[in-house]
Amino acid sequence: MNTTLQASTLLTIALAPLAGSMLAGIFGTALGGAWMGRKLSHGLTILGVLVSFVLSAQTLVQVVQEGARFNETIYTWMVVGGLKMEVGFLVDGLSAMMMCVVTFVSLMVHIYTIGYMEEDEGYNRFFAYISLFTFAMLMLVMSNNLLQLFFGWEAVGLVSYLLIGFWFNKPSAVFANMKAFLVNRVGDFGFILGIGLIAAYAGSLNYTEVFAKTTDLGALTLPGTSWMLVTVICICLFIGAMGKSAQFPLHVWLPDSMEGPTPISALIHAATMVTAGIFMVARMSPLFELSDTALNLIMVVGSITALFMGFLGIVQNDIKRVVAYSTLSQLGYMTVALGASAYSVAVFHLMTHAFFKALLFLAAGSVIMGMHHNQDIRYMGGVRKYMPITWITSLLGSLALIGTPLFSGFYSKDSIIEAVARSNLPASGWAYFAVMAGVFITAFYSFRMYFLVFHGKERFDQNPESHHGHDDHHAPHESPWVVTLPLVLLAIPSVLIGYFTIEPMLYGDFFKDAIYVNTDLHPAIRELQEEFHGALAMALHSLSSVPLLLAMSGLTLSYYMYMVNPALPAAILRTFAPLHTLLLNKYYLDDFNEKVLARGSRALASVLWKRGDQGLIDGLLVNGSWKVVALVSRLSRQLQTGFLYHYALVMILGMFGLITWFVWLNP
Amino acid sequence: MNVTLGHYLTLGAILFSLSVIGIFLNRKNLIVLLMAIELMLLAVNINFVAFSHYLGDIHGQIFVFFILTVAAAESAIGLAILVLLFRNRASVQADELNALKG
Amino acid sequence: MDITSIFFYIFSAVMLFAAFKVITSRNPVHSALYLVLCFFQASAIWMLLQAEFLSITLILVYVGAVMVLFLFVVMMLDINIEAMRKGFWSHFPLAASIGAVLALELASVLLGGFRLTQAPATAVMPEGQQYSNTKELGVVLYTEYLYPLEIAAVILLVAIVAAIALTLRERKDSKAQNPSDQVRVKAADRIQLVKMAPVHQPLSTEAEEGKAP
Repeated sequence: MNTTLQASTLLTIALAPLAGSMLAGIFGTALGGAWMGRKLSHGLTILGVLVSFVLSAQTLVQVVQEGARFNETIYTWMVVGGLKMEVGFLVDGLSAMMMCVVTFVSLMVHIYTIGYMEEDEGYNRFFAYISLFTFAMLMLVMSNNLLQLFFGWEAVGLVSYLLIGFWFNKPSAVFANMKAFLVNRVGDFGFILGIGLIAAYAGSLNYTEVFAKTTDLGALTLPGTSWMLVTVICICLFIGAMGKSAQFPLHVWLPDSMEGPTPISALIHAATMVTAGIFMVARMSPLFELSDTALNLIMVVGSITALFMGFLGIVQNDIKRVVAYSTLSQLGYMTVALGASAYSVAVFHLMTHAFFKALLFLAAGSVIMGMHHNQDIRYMGGVRKYMPITWITSLLGSLALIGTPLFSGFYSKDSIIEAVARSNLPASGWAYFAVMAGVFITAFYSFRMYFLVFHGKERFDQNPESHHGHDDHHAPHESPWVVTLPLVLLAIPSVLIGYFTIEPMLYGDFFKDAIYVNTDLHPAIRELQEEFHGALAMALHSLSSVPLLLAMSGLTLSYYMYMVNPALPAAILRTFAPLHTLLLNKYYLDDFNEKVLARGSRALASVLWKRGDQGLIDGLLVNGSWKVVALVSRLSRQLQTGFLYHYALVMILGMFGLITWFVWLNP
Repeated sequence: MNVTLGHYLTLGAILFSLSVIGIFLNRKNLIVLLMAIELMLLAVNINFVAFSHYLGDIHGQIFVFFILTVAAAESAIGLAILVLLFRNRASVQADELNALKG
Repeated sequence: MDITSIFFYIFSAVMLFAAFKVITSRNPVHSALYLVLCFFQASAIWMLLQAEFLSITLILVYVGAVMVLFLFVVMMLDINIEAMRKGFWSHFPLAASIGAVLALELASVLLGGFRLTQAPATAVMPEGQQYSNTKELGVVLYTEYLYPLEIAAVILLVAIVAAIALTLRERKDSKAQNPSDQVRVKAADRIQLVKMAPVHQPLSTEAEEGKAP
């Protein structure tokens, strides 16, 4: 806590992408006259993100070397009944790391987009969107209170919606973006409940103030029940994370989100937005440490996601969908690590995963470009001859993904497996099995994709949906430098960053004041620390460990099935046809959502409309009230006969009655 | 026997009830209706004058004075309306006059 | 039984008979005449009660003006008697019973309550002086009841105006003008231009020039 960072620097980091986005979005599109050309658009936005990245890197250096921190409110939006709603920044190890990851990947994606979206009409709009996303994600990770976190949360959801449906004339894209938004909304419902509970019981939304009250909160129960309040809060917050980070069963939107252009699949649905949930749980670690129930739940959900999404990745034929399910599976890993109270390990895996998954997505995009927008891996093969840079970087990314020693993915993944092994929670037994099995599955589908795309016979002509009917040469060519440069730049940290950063991040002071672990109750990370003897030693030690064995066997099996004996997969499919159908239908979850939940909601709405609104409110209350009035007036009208003598008669009878009353009845 | 105040009041009462009967019986004939109202007023006037005499208070007769005035005005206007009604409807039958039926 | 009581009973009997005939008479002219008789009897009874001014006023104003008016109206209107008398006697029992009960109730109250009052209190009237009922009425009327008197005058004025306003019929052959209508007239109400084809063709210009000197 030596120096404090400058507020202006932090504001620039957040607002530079926003400025670029607004300029490109307003003046580069029909909104503002569309006078900004493509070069100016992408120049401005890239400049914005570049400035952000440079300043973030500088901030990270200051945080690490000088111990600089920042925790202040920039602007108080309003104060409602004692609850302050403010805009503020909290910069420590965790947020500085996230800022760097977000801006770096965003910068790579911006450069990549110049090449990828070259032929697209919505070029300027795309740049505006991805810069806007960068702004929103930065606000999320830099925030010092739950309100701003939620703002960033919703904003990234909004931009994700805009980007998934970027090609808005495609019905499937529109369906996918609605699905993403709605499933996220389900998660947000839980999230808002959690935030509300925190605001109600801690009286503040500011992290520092809330965390100061953890001991008090830990003693409370939810009124009217015997549940611990912290458990309820943590479960609600985790539901939000489930939506945003696509954990089972709210994962259904991520594969459909592949309808959007590949750059955003890399940026949003691999590296940054989906990690927001992981980040949030890590940020709220003081709360989560108080509730074992929530941690168990997190571990169970994460392990289910890790394993079962991996299974689905085996049977996908779309290159992007393979990587999408891989993302889902890896998010499951991160979640499992959170459950084992190894928050730093989860965040470490978040970082390494961001690099190699973005790399894999961008490489897939490069392949798609080379294959003239064919995405089916059954009709690729032997691409390595034509696209060497893409091939090499893809290989490096895949090796990192499966956990090859010395690659960054190895360090993070193995740390997760070790942490789960040492966790003392009841769910850790099942979770350990799931993450171990997941290693095998991951290696298998990753290299299935790799071999089918880059090796083997060329199968371009077999594609029945080929765009080029004439005999244009189908052979792909390498993508332009704007596409391959980001691939190279991402490959470097995918390989190297794990080795160099594992020690300070996991076992050093990097996250010391950002993440809190109660090591007495949850000793996993402490035991890991005791056994850690350096990155190299860890790599060497792993050569004799089970995960590496599993990874290698997965690789070997995929090599065998797709290179040596290509007829084997078809035979296995025939034997296990029902299982295959189950996997192809994604465990029938989409069907369940559409047929049961969606249809059920519409049916309920219809009943409420017909019986409730029309029948009860309109029919009984509204119509009923005038009908009663009409009835009473119809009866009363019969007194008005219009005949004078009737009126006179009534008067006489009244008078008679009065006289009788006075004479007889009145004592 | 002596004629007491009670006798005069009883006379007024009988006259009043006769006029009530008259209204009841002649509900269709507007002219007789008006005459029955005059009878009612007469009955009330008799009451007032009797009270004024037996209690020695001149104010009863004052009141009769005003009742006479108002009764005159009322019958004048009532008959004017009757004439107008007859002009428009060619009859003074009350059961044809139900245009105000609700 | 002194003479006053005998007169009282005679006058009452005639009055009640006349009242009965008013309401049961077939001919409205007869009803009106019976009503006149009734008023005469009432006037006589008031004379017995030493209210001379009012009894004369009753004859003059009521019989002389109001009842004459009634007679005018009755004789002017051509009324279909038969239709009106339909269902007359069928309602008689009910009406009679109601009336009887009414009368008995009133009588029981009034007789029971006021039997104690005996002959008129003579202390009020100054015996020695000339007691003028008219003068007594006038004194109270023009001092204590001046305002109600004026109001009564206004009521009568209103009655006059109302009666005239209701029944006034304008002369159909009146040549009176309505100035406000005259002022509000517009040109379009008085004149209308109609385009018509000419009957004779216009002369040609050459012929025109030729003719002109």
